[in-house]
Amino acid sequence: MSPVLEVANLRVDFSGRTAAVRGVSLKVQRGETHCLVGESGCGKSVSALAVMGLLARGAVRDADVLRFQDTDLTRLSERGMARLRGDKMAMIFQEPMTSLNPAYTIGSQMAEVYERHRGAGRRAALDRAAELLGRVGITAPGMRLAQFPHQLSGGLRQRVMIAMALMCDPELLIADEPTTALDVTVQAQILRLLQTLQRELGLSLLLITHDLGIVARMANQVSVMYAGELVESATAEALFAAPTHPYTRGLLACIPIPGTVRRDEPLGSIPGTVPRISPGFAGCGFRDRCTHALPACAQTVALRSAAPGHAYRCVLPAEWT
Amino acid sequence: MLIFVFRRAVLALLVCLTVLVVSFALTRLSGDLAASIAGPNATADDVAIIRKNYGLDRPLTQQFVDWAAAAASGDLGRSYLYHAPVSGLIRVRLPVTLTLGLSGLAIALVVAIPLGILAAMREGSAADRAIMLVALLGQAMPSFWLSLTLIIWFGLNLQWLPISGIESWQGYILPATVLAFSAIPALMRLTRAGMVDALSADYIRTARAKGLSRSKIVLKHALRNAAMPVVSIAAVQLGFMLGGSIVIETVFALPGIGYLAWESISKNDFPVVQAVVMILALLYIGLTLLADLMNAVLDPRLRAS
Ligand code: SF4
Repeated sequence: MSPVLEVANLRVDFSGRTAAVRGVSLKVQRGETHCLVGESGCGKSVSALAVMGLLARGAVRDADVLRFQDTDLTRLSERGMARLRGDKMAMIFQEPMTSLNPAYTIGSQMAEVYERHRGAGRRAALDRAAELLGRVGITAPGMRLAQFPHQLSGGLRQRVMIAMALMCDPELLIADEPTTALDVTVQAQILRLLQTLQRELGLSLLLITHDLGIVARMANQVSVMYAGELVESATAEALFAAPTHPYTRGLLACIPIPGTVRRDEPLGSIPGTVPRISPGFAGCGFRDRCTHALPACAQTVALRSAAPGHAYRCVLPAEWT
Repeated sequence: MLIFVFRRAVLALLVCLTVLVVSFALTRLSGDLAASIAGPNATADDVAIIRKNYGLDRPLTQQFVDWAAAAASGDLGRSYLYHAPVSGLIRVRLPVTLTLGLSGLAIALVVAIPLGILAAMREGSAADRAIMLVALLGQAMPSFWLSLTLIIWFGLNLQWLPISGIESWQGYILPATVLAFSAIPALMRLTRAGMVDALSADYIRTARAKGLSRSKIVLKHALRNAAMPVVSIAAVQLGFMLGGSIVIETVFALPGIGYLAWESISKNDFPVVQAVVMILALLYIGLTLLADLMNAVLDPRLRAS
């Protein structure tokens, strides 16, 4: 079956100075959860925004393949992208407190998506909004529709964002750190909600996170990013059973058995920080922090196969210890 | 919302009272009124008679209470200069100034808001810089100079528009344009700043992620949030225009309240001065209250607090 989203060799530069994404390739299959993992600044959010066509001005996107279902996104105009966004592909963000417009009611903000893409009237759109608010576990939807964002808690606002994203029955939902800004109990509720919705609606989910606990809990497929590059990709089982890239192993070092992950474990357990990569940079981006670095690491490092469906970008053999 | 309105209204009322006291006090502090009404050639007896006739010999508090009570019932006293009730003078003059100020504000908004939006949408571009440069030049241009330039071009050379008086509505065009020019730079800059802020907000990214059209994103989602400071400043600017149109009204010979104020100050016609100061202050207070209420309509968070 063809993937819902296919990305090959995606590159994003910021005004020619920073290479934020350097040749990312991934596929999101129908109905699966694909986790894009990495520290902040590794380019995972930028990759998602690039797919949605939501990059800020001054960012240049380029890709060999950028296909959503049967649509070649590289050929779409901004107008064409706008017709897909919010309809067939939707996105939710990390900041539920600021992602809703403070000046409009929940109902108005939810309804306008449906009006825009379905040509529905206000009445029908509000009915649909109420239905979805119920679906994401919000009680008294009728009352919530008339409320303004500042009257809702962070967790409720994120539920509203999810409901809004689902207004037009999207095929693909991109969730960029959807629970990072929320407290732990609410995080768990939102994740459970996403799982339920995915099962019921057959949603394909591209979940961006820095939290390996979330990956272990949610992912079918995992792509690990570092300094704008994909450093390892595999199924969740394979990745937790046999992490191969030194960076992935570093991330997992404190997590001996998959499934017993401490949920709030930060990824910063490796000394050093993600470097800023300028265009023309060659070699492994991780070599400043890598304890195994070799002279060959300063040359371009290709993706290698550790096992069928399991790739990693490192000069070391798959079985290194 | 009701509590908000009530609180603002009470505040406005208190400011009104202060204004009454100040405008009364100012005229009494500016020297012996009886002497200046009587003129330089009057004898001490004349002055004493005038003082008695106008009630200026009574205690100040008594004078104030009488004046305030009369003012509250619409009686603002009589003008020494025109020998007519002040309220009548103001009733004739105020509409001229209001028409002038409101048309000036309308022109200013129609020019400043679209340009401000455009500059914000093209932030950093040549268009943005050009617009901001024009705003800067506009701010540096004195209004009397602009008035004369417009009179020479459109009034005398092209003969398109009347250069003085208000026999027809065209008489308002030139003075209103001059007034608008004084307000445009500030309004435009505020619109631009507010729009730049709003356009980079997270909720705009959400609006884009929803696939909304560009006009909806800019005009519905961003402008609504950028509008609040613009509304406040527009109210203040209208206040300036109403109170500060003395130069314009003189240059274009418009019988408005600014001209009346200038006349009565120079002739020490204190009932008129008092009344004009009071009316302008009340207008100003009313405008501020109106701006507060409009902002409360625009921003639901204000209503809650
Ligand atoms: S390529 Fe070299 S520097 Fe990079 S992770 Fe592998 S061993 Fe370390």
